[in-house]
Amino acid sequence: MTEPRHEPTPTSAPPQASAPPQASATQQAPEARQVSQLPTGSLPLPSSGSAEGAPLAALSIRGLAKRFGEKIAVDGVSLEVPAGSFYGMVGPNGAGKTTTLSMATGLLRPDFGTALVHGVDVWARPLDAKKLMGVLPDGVRLFDRLTGEQLVTYSGLLRGMDRDVVGSRVSELLAALDLQADAGTLVVDYSAGMTKKIALASALIHAPRLLVLDEPFESVDPVSASNIRGILESYVASGGTVIVSSHVMDLVQRMCSHVAVVAGGRVLAAGSVDEVRNGSTLEERFVQLVGGGHRTEGLEWLRTF
Amino acid sequence: MVAHLLSLKWRLLLNGFKRSPWQLVGMALGLLYALGVLSLLIGGLIALRWADAEIAHTVVVLGGAATVLGWAIIPLVASAADMTLDPARFTTFAIPPRQLLAGLAVAGFIGIPGLATLLAALGTVGTWWRSFPAVAGALLGAILGAVTCIVLSKVVTTATAGLASSRRFKDVSSIIVFIPLMLLGPIMVGIVDGVRGSADYLPVLARTVSWTPLGASWSLGGDLESGNVGAAALKFLISGATIAGLLLCWHVLLQRALVTPPYSGGSARKGGKLGLFALLPGTPAGAVAARALIYWMKDPRYAASLVIVPLFPVIFFFSGSQSGSYDLLMILGPLTAFMMAWSICADVSYDNTAFALHLAAGVRGIDDRLGRALACLAISLPVVLVFTVGPLFVTGEWQWLPNLLGLSLGTLFTGLGLSSVISARYNIAVPLPGDSPFKKPPGNVAQTLAVQAVGMGLLALLLVPELALVAVQAFSGGPEAGWINLAVGPLLGVILFVVGVRLGGKWLDARGPEMFAQLSVNR
Repeated sequence: MTEPRHEPTPTSAPPQASAPPQASATQQAPEARQVSQLPTGSLPLPSSGSAEGAPLAALSIRGLAKRFGEKIAVDGVSLEVPAGSFYGMVGPNGAGKTTTLSMATGLLRPDFGTALVHGVDVWARPLDAKKLMGVLPDGVRLFDRLTGEQLVTYSGLLRGMDRDVVGSRVSELLAALDLQADAGTLVVDYSAGMTKKIALASALIHAPRLLVLDEPFESVDPVSASNIRGILESYVASGGTVIVSSHVMDLVQRMCSHVAVVAGGRVLAAGSVDEVRNGSTLEERFVQLVGGGHRTEGLEWLRTF
Repeated sequence: MVAHLLSLKWRLLLNGFKRSPWQLVGMALGLLYALGVLSLLIGGLIALRWADAEIAHTVVVLGGAATVLGWAIIPLVASAADMTLDPARFTTFAIPPRQLLAGLAVAGFIGIPGLATLLAALGTVGTWWRSFPAVAGALLGAILGAVTCIVLSKVVTTATAGLASSRRFKDVSSIIVFIPLMLLGPIMVGIVDGVRGSADYLPVLARTVSWTPLGASWSLGGDLESGNVGAAALKFLISGATIAGLLLCWHVLLQRALVTPPYSGGSARKGGKLGLFALLPGTPAGAVAARALIYWMKDPRYAASLVIVPLFPVIFFFSGSQSGSYDLLMILGPLTAFMMAWSICADVSYDNTAFALHLAAGVRGIDDRLGRALACLAISLPVVLVFTVGPLFVTGEWQWLPNLLGLSLGTLFTGLGLSSVISARYNIAVPLPGDSPFKKPPGNVAQTLAVQAVGMGLLALLLVPELALVAVQAFSGGPEAGWINLAVGPLLGVILFVVGVRLGGKWLDARGPEMFAQLSVNR
């Protein structure tokens, strides 16, 4: 089932329609090319950057902090997401994952700290940085009175892409995400999983070098989830970088090369998955780090019926 | 159980205020308004105490019957049904249906409409403060009548829950309801005329209605006052049977609703139709304009304002035909220009958190502003031109044409420029996406009013040259000022439009994330 689905992904499609991400930054949008040249002069391609030498982090989060009124949501988070990595961010509810990712993607202004995307400061040069990123925010609405096809097209045109390129990519993306049959349906009439998928398509349309996905698998059915995984894995294999937040430890352990455990607005552990889990499963390690897994006693009445 | 549901409803009401003090201010204003209307109503009912019994009976029965009808119809068309205690939410609690029913019915009285209806109904006790049996009958009738209202509205909303949750029905009904509302003036005049012509007929109508479930309970006080004990007893039975029948219906419907969740699907449609996205230029600004135009057509919150527009001339023409002078028709063009241009003040607020796409995609502020403003212009420019020239065919005062055109175009462009600035900085309390345009918007109503007032003041200041030129022609009578305005209005307007779009774009670039944070509060 999963095998043929890898083909129509944006990463391995006909070169004219959608180039692999590492090339696309220098090929499709003139603005994007400027960006990748400006910061360091000789920016290495992500694939060569992640292989060896001094890799430039795809996303570098430095001391981000945010408080909402009395509550400190994020308390000095620093993370280095190496280019070409599949980075998982796990943490209990309210750990500050969404807030951190919002600040890293330019959606929420941090109180302290900054974030760099391939060396471009998100908060000093937001428009340049955002061209390098594809973002799937969690818990926001979509322009849902558009059809699915229109929404993805809109997302592409907003980024200044050429209409013909957008057109061919949209149909490939919809095919890859199994949304072809509903392409002309209004997004407001989509199910939760379809909505998630169309939002993902909107984030992929400009072949970004970094994908930031907040809870991409929430309410997505298993077939579509493995579909999406296939797309993301081949995207990473060809040099792109993905950072996902998730609750599902098992998924992160199988899918990701790196992981950060976040709780209470701080990073408890970060590194490659094998380093972090240190011999045990990620889930055990997570519970051990976060604490709170002690509530198996009490509730005796629940066993008496 | 009844007490639990009551305290739940009460808690929900109170917690609604806790979100922000401004919410409380807005609510207090609404309450004050409701209190004003209610005290007028109750005052009127008490004043009827000294009226002829026949008249009092007619008014109370017809008013009561209209109220019952209102409770059945309004929640349906306005999709404004109070769903805080949606029965579907109690599915998993296994509450005995009888208790759930009773609890929901009593809880229906908590909230402004329910409470107001109950108090107004009790006002009829004042009307019948004439003899002991009349007071007792009125009291009983008021309670029965108010209960009928609540239960009937529950039956209607439960029965149509499946229908009402379909998006298409909601969209259409929320727009259609605007039409009678806008035409309220002409309709009222028509009714008053009709009533005047058929004053003798009304008591007969009231007597007939009082034998129907709609009016039976409201008639008890009047019948006992005039000594018709037999009629009163029969009507008591009618109203009791009505409530019992409605409760039974509600019971059955509720049981069915609890096990069959509403289905809200449409048929899948293949793609291939990009619509306006294929027609307008494939640039960011062009895409924003295409998206905005699609929303003007498809989102009921926008479409409602478009439905109102053609009703303007109808109202103006009607009031003209009443007063015999059609001079007021001439402000139709400028007024429409103002309304349309002002409407995009709320544009970003209408997006709600969907604005995240613009922010994440790194759309330049100026593209965002320009696209939205041009979309509004594409719709409003032809309308404004027609509404400026059209009335002159009625009034025949063609010497005003250049001046009015100047004023209309100036207002349209200046208004669009100003709206582009305001909506880049301030969030306005509007109904959420998918909600009825009628629904009370969440969020800061007080700030919205302040922003709107200051904005309109600013607009008036910016329009001083155009308005002055209109005044000059009005006083001097010569057409010269008009020709000057025809040049000044569009020129000044376009300049302010460009300045507004640029300034708004700059503000949006600088404060986009803050704007998004404001939007995320009400989602």
